[in-house]
Amino acid sequence: MRRRNTKRAWRWLRLSLLVGACLPALAAAESITVASTTSTENSGLFEYLLPKFQADTGIEVRVVAVGTGQAIRVAKNGDADVLFVHHRPSEDAFVAAGYGVKRFAVMHNDFVIVGPASDPAGIKGGDDAAQALAAIASSKSLFASRGDDSGTHKKELSLWQTAGVDPAASGTSWYRETGSGMGATLNTASGMNAYALTDRATWIRFGNKGELVILAQGDPVLFNPYGVILISPERHPHVRADAGQAFIDWLVSPPGQTLIGDYRIDGEPAFFPDAIETPPTE
Amino acid sequence: MNDFSNALSTAFALVTSLDRDLFEIVGLSLEISLTAVLVATIIGLPAGAALALSRFPGRRPLIIVLNALMGLPPVVVGLVIYLLLSRSGPLGSYGLLFTPTAMVIAQSVLVTPIIAALARQTVADLHEEYDEHLRAIGSGPLQRMATLLWDGRFRLLTAILAGFGRAIAEVGAVLIVGGNILHSTRVMTTTIALETSKGNLAIALGLGLILVTLAVSVNAAAMLLGETAHRRYG
Repeated sequence: MRRRNTKRAWRWLRLSLLVGACLPALAAAESITVASTTSTENSGLFEYLLPKFQADTGIEVRVVAVGTGQAIRVAKNGDADVLFVHHRPSEDAFVAAGYGVKRFAVMHNDFVIVGPASDPAGIKGGDDAAQALAAIASSKSLFASRGDDSGTHKKELSLWQTAGVDPAASGTSWYRETGSGMGATLNTASGMNAYALTDRATWIRFGNKGELVILAQGDPVLFNPYGVILISPERHPHVRADAGQAFIDWLVSPPGQTLIGDYRIDGEPAFFPDAIETPPTE
Repeated sequence: MNDFSNALSTAFALVTSLDRDLFEIVGLSLEISLTAVLVATIIGLPAGAALALSRFPGRRPLIIVLNALMGLPPVVVGLVIYLLLSRSGPLGSYGLLFTPTAMVIAQSVLVTPIIAALARQTVADLHEEYDEHLRAIGSGPLQRMATLLWDGRFRLLTAILAGFGRAIAEVGAVLIVGGNILHSTRVMTTTIALETSKGNLAIALGLGLILVTLAVSVNAAAMLLGETAHRRYG
């Protein structure tokens, strides 16, 4: 009796071992990994674009969505085939250092400053971003910062510099670094009724706005361009250069650019194509 | 709080609409965590039993370390596995980062100490009870180990379930080594984190309800199975 049970147990163990060994092997034929930012992922752009790209080319795109700073580190380590981020100086440095082949302009949108509708800093309707931040600082209103070395965080830091405020060093209690993605930071801002800098696409898609509204926008420095770069196959020979370049070529091609321009969140355009001359829709 | 009632209806709608993405995510969660628990069981049970029955210098400190490892922080495990599996890391040539395999490895590392430590305790307790009996029939160390593990199988089930609970619920390690890639490495916990960050709190909470229900079901099924087997073969 006991022996038969043992035998049965072994058979189960063998079967489950076999199943376990087979499971990880279920991978797709051709795929590339794209290191990108939380804003492109959270805005829903990739969910909209990637199935169409896969239908056109058969290439599956896997997106790792992290802050721009971390995405660049992932790419430098060779853990991605394509980099898709939004901080021009970092992108140029990435290519100049030989990590990337070439930067292609893909699209842009803009940053906006959101805050509580009661607007304790009185920045509503302003179109000077640095002035708005200076007003937030002088009124000691709560401000939620990404604090994660992302493209948005880098932009925010440069705005503070222009405003002549050093929010981190002055031991200020109104400046809160969340150290997380755009959406998580907006959740924090929403919970604390704090001001925040956000890209417009994430903002439109964000579902927990609470009392937050857009208060300042339209400053040319809030321009937010996205670039795409193939990781250098010379530095990382395992990079799937053909499939990666195919993705880039598709993004900047007229059909890809038209799709980006046609993308709507709640009826609003989220990104504006940069690689072709005329905007596809009006 | 409107979010809670919204979450309930969202969870209900997700399940009843047989949402394909939801099933994919639930399936991957189970696949990864069950595989990790299987690996951890195969390593952890013999290791725990061996530690319970053998005597060697440094055994006590080893037990203390093993018990402490039950509380390994998932983010630290995730980070270490990330650095090992990165293309620039020592195991980079296998290209495992951002794959389900990497997630299985990370969870196995988290779960193995739990199963090993609990198995050690169980086998040590049983050994005290059966020591004379085992001595009388004059069994060798390997046979002893097998006998005690087999006799303690219903108690060991609890150890394995504790491991599974840890694996299915953790987010820190799988997020780092898996990258939360849609249709590839996105599991229940990372989806909940993502939906929370999008501000879709009702969806996130709805997914949370499904995850808790799933964990309870797996535990209930295992307990029932164990009890039934206990009654039949005791």
